[in-house]
Amino acid sequence: MSDRRLTADKPAERLYNGLVKENPTFVLMLGMCPTLAVTVSAINGLGMGLTTTAVLMLSNLMISLLRKVIPGRVRIPAFIVIIASFVTIVQLLLEAYLPALNKSLGVYIPLIVVNCIILGRAESYAYSHSAIASLFDGLGMGLGFSVALTCIGAVRELLGAGKLFGMAVLPESFTPISIFALAPGAFFVLAGLTALQNVWKSKRSVHASASGSESISSEEMPTKQADSESAQEALPAGCVQNCAACGVSGCSGHGRFYDDRYQDLSSDNKSDNKSDEDGLTMIELEEEES
Amino acid sequence: MSEEKKMLKVSSNPHIRSRVSTSGIMLAVVLALLPAAGYGIYNFGPRAMAVIGVTVASTVLTEALYGFCQKKTTITDLSAVVTGLLLALNLPVNLPLWMAALGGVFAILVAKLLFGGLGQNFMNPALAGRCFLLISFPKQMTDFATAGGSFGGITWDAYTGATPLAALKAGESVNVMDMIVGRVGGTIGETSMIAIVAGACILLLLGIIDLRVPGSYLISFVIFVGLFGGRGFEPAYLSAQLAGGGLMLGAFFMATDYVTRPITVKGQYVFGIFLGIMTGIFRIFGPGAEGVSYAIILGNLLVPLIEKVTRPRSFGCRKGGKAHEA
Repeated sequence: MSDRRLTADKPAERLYNGLVKENPTFVLMLGMCPTLAVTVSAINGLGMGLTTTAVLMLSNLMISLLRKVIPGRVRIPAFIVIIASFVTIVQLLLEAYLPALNKSLGVYIPLIVVNCIILGRAESYAYSHSAIASLFDGLGMGLGFSVALTCIGAVRELLGAGKLFGMAVLPESFTPISIFALAPGAFFVLAGLTALQNVWKSKRSVHASASGSESISSEEMPTKQADSESAQEALPAGCVQNCAACGVSGCSGHGRFYDDRYQDLSSDNKSDNKSDEDGLTMIELEEEES
Repeated sequence: MSEEKKMLKVSSNPHIRSRVSTSGIMLAVVLALLPAAGYGIYNFGPRAMAVIGVTVASTVLTEALYGFCQKKTTITDLSAVVTGLLLALNLPVNLPLWMAALGGVFAILVAKLLFGGLGQNFMNPALAGRCFLLISFPKQMTDFATAGGSFGGITWDAYTGATPLAALKAGESVNVMDMIVGRVGGTIGETSMIAIVAGACILLLLGIIDLRVPGSYLISFVIFVGLFGGRGFEPAYLSAQLAGGGLMLGAFFMATDYVTRPITVKGQYVFGIFLGIMTGIFRIFGPGAEGVSYAIILGNLLVPLIEKVTRPRSFGCRKGGKAHEA
């Protein structure tokens, strides 16, 4: 399915974006620490993914609701406070109802606070979009993370222990390749799966461009004009047009991933995107220097 | 073509070519490895031949398949054969054959081809394969007990229990003469110091390898072991350390790999000394008895840094690459 069929910032587009187009693990390469550390088994990966999904949805929703009252200067500390609160809630719930999973994930549950997916989405999406869109952005990103972690965990569990979700699927005579249960195996599997999804995506895009003008039947499908308009509107919010071809790293070119001040100082040609606030910051910065 | 026309022929450089080719070098290395492989087969029986065959076949097939997918032929440079043979010589004879094949695939595919093929690999593929197997199957990879038997009227002895290095580490005495000849347990190709050195001499005489890396490696290793081994510079102990394990195979055939050693002369000495010290540390202070593989792999990772530090001054420039002021 092509990206053009989906209206920007609608729930379906956000889900597709998080799961496939901007998958946090395979495309954005965010949150590598839990990805590599907890994916010893599929169930661990799934548990970690779903826990992160819960935190991501709630924090995105809350940050989006509060975006008008959080001052720009202190937004990062404010995000951290919000995220940490939700992580604490989730951790207490896990301790109460899923103690086994909590034990096997260990320190990586509290470490969700500093997971860069969550902070990245808060900064690049939730802080500048409506609550519903942010909620579904969190859901899509979280599910993308969960799927990726589960896949990595499944491959590692299968090769490293001969099991899948705790059940023995390979015969007794299979000798586990124990490197896959160790840290190097995590890197191998992550690299392999990333390569596979790149192959899949490149083949799909070739296929899509070959049969480009086929009729699309979707109720949400906008007219071509509206589509291009909405795409242009979506640009500043974290351009997700063509990440592979785009030179800007991490969709930060138009978004708010990094501090706006330095970005605007470095690229003056984007001045039409600049808000008054940014202009003020620039003047203040010059005053500080002089 | 007449003489006159030959002289007028215009071509771009290079104008002088060497006859040395990659496949020629690789063929020489294969020949130089044959004594060690032959002794391994004599020592451990036909199963050693099976391990060698499967490993070489897996590396060559992997290279061929990858080349087929990429629509280019890299199989003819024989480097896959060298990798497979080296890997096989580093495997114990009892290793299940599918593990040997897996090691071969890993060595070629992950350590070499995915990084861009021969010349682009950052570590020795054979050693990468061995370390992959060592981490994956620690039990099978350190099982050096072999059963004796006979085949076609030839009988061979059984070797059981610890390798001489493990015995040495446990403080037992070892028969140095046996270790030099190769009548001990170990991986297929590492046991006979004589066969390895004979092969290395071929390479040295052909000028394919030089003594910079192996020499500095072995000398620094001997000094390190003498200083920290706890038995001083006792000749029997030192020669047992030298002849034991994969040191000779590693020093002459793996550390000298063109791709993964430094290209600067000074850097090669630094590389060799680093390997000697690391091997000594692994053998004396490490939990295992052997450390040649890991030492060389660690050294491989340091090669870019070593090359950067030991880059020679280019002519007409001061150190650091800036030109002299007029």
